[in-house]
Amino acid sequence: MKFAYYPGCSLETSGKEYDLSTRAVSKHLGIELTEVPDWSCCGATAGHSTSHLLALALPARNLALAEKTGLDVTAPCAACYQRLALACHELNHNPQLREKVNEITERPFHGKIKVISILEVISSVGLEQIRAQVVKPLKGLKIAAYYGCLLVRPRAIQIDDTENPQIIEQIMQAAGAEPVDWPHKTECCGASLAVSNEEVAIPMVSRILKAAALSGANCLVCACPLCHFNLDMRQLKVNRLQGTNYHLPVFYFTQLLGVAMGLNPQDLSLHTHFVDTGQVLKLVG
Amino acid sequence: MEIIRLNESEDRDFIERVSRESGQAVENCYQCGKCTAGCPVAFAYDLMPHQVMRMVQMGLKEEVLRCQSIWLCASCVTCTVRCPRNIDVAMVMDTLRIMARRKGMVPPGRGRNVALFNNNFLGSIQKYGRLFEFATMAMFNLKTGQPFREASTGLTMLRRGKLKLSVTKPRGLEEINRIFEKVRQAEKEV
Ligand code: SF4
Ligand code: SF4
Repeated sequence: MKFAYYPGCSLETSGKEYDLSTRAVSKHLGIELTEVPDWSCCGATAGHSTSHLLALALPARNLALAEKTGLDVTAPCAACYQRLALACHELNHNPQLREKVNEITERPFHGKIKVISILEVISSVGLEQIRAQVVKPLKGLKIAAYYGCLLVRPRAIQIDDTENPQIIEQIMQAAGAEPVDWPHKTECCGASLAVSNEEVAIPMVSRILKAAALSGANCLVCACPLCHFNLDMRQLKVNRLQGTNYHLPVFYFTQLLGVAMGLNPQDLSLHTHFVDTGQVLKLVG
Repeated sequence: MEIIRLNESEDRDFIERVSRESGQAVENCYQCGKCTAGCPVAFAYDLMPHQVMRMVQMGLKEEVLRCQSIWLCASCVTCTVRCPRNIDVAMVMDTLRIMARRKGMVPPGRGRNVALFNNNFLGSIQKYGRLFEFATMAMFNLKTGQPFREASTGLTMLRRGKLKLSVTKPRGLEEINRIFEKVRQAEKEV
């Protein structure tokens, strides 16, 4: 299996664990990733909040570059995935608009490739295949699978059910972990407001942590660098500001998959989180 | 409670403009309130999502464009997928935010920092082609008058290799700059 790989800005910095673990796990599973040459930012929330046309043109440039590789493109970052997939959808359904956007980017995108989230890429290997690679089952890990909003909404690009998705649970179950039932898996964590209005984002983070803790989970598993940073770094703040004492490590699903497949912990960057992961990982042995 | 008077000064074609730009049949909203019920940021809003919709229907342009909610909307799209009238409420929020910006309206209250953040973010993309997290944060802190906000978080990140003091620029910088310019140009024409 071969895919073009669009890492996106945060995977170079605050989300580097996601980049490292995605590359390591993909390699192990025989998925070949080719980084999109000369990729640029997808525009994220700032883009679509400012201009509809800009929110199409910025991803369109990257889609055109990816298309040149002749491969479908995958983006691990949920925000990048949403932006690229939505632009692709809209450009494919509106030829006039595509022409206009192509004129702006001066890099024609012909709509010949698909945008696929890394969750779909990895699950397409097959759960049996994944199970066969597990050398260290994640026994003892009770995970709260957290999807956030970007992967399951809007409908045109959702990768799974918008209210009760299962794809993370299935992959984690194949790796030997035990998913818990909990109500907040697609509730927004407020990451887009976290810098500009932290006092609005903190209660949103806190609600999610509370639901996860009440469900008996001992960690959260996500697939988005924005959710990760928000739930991991701000967990300490929630504790400080609200007098709680949550200790819920937040993992990328690729990190835990890597652990189960016996990959080198250094390559999965398990030591760079704000909430220490050691205690919980001890449960795996 | 503020009393809103419907008089001649209301903008009668506001609903038509919002519908056209957002591609949404705003007139279809029947005020069930489901959008508001599921909105995770409603606790911080000054106008609830269903109120925003109603005020658009009533042509209360000024009131809608100067609310904080259109800036605080986290774009989580929950309202959209749950609306029984199939209205993309999140898209309407986006459209209103874009309209307010285009009119040069100063975002009120908490909206101010959202706009500032977005501008800094896009500034970084135009300049470097990618988000330069470090510079964007530093600039945001300076502009909001709190230069040392998150300094200890930044230091921890730096130590763990999660913050870079430079940015990897793509080669096509001029190209990206041109995209921004051309978008600006194209939008002037509409
Ligand atoms: S959910 Fe839809 S129909 Fe109901 S109030 Fe909101 S916009 Fe109107
Ligand atoms: S998209 Fe905005 S208005 Fe709609 S539910 Fe999410 S935060 Fe609320």
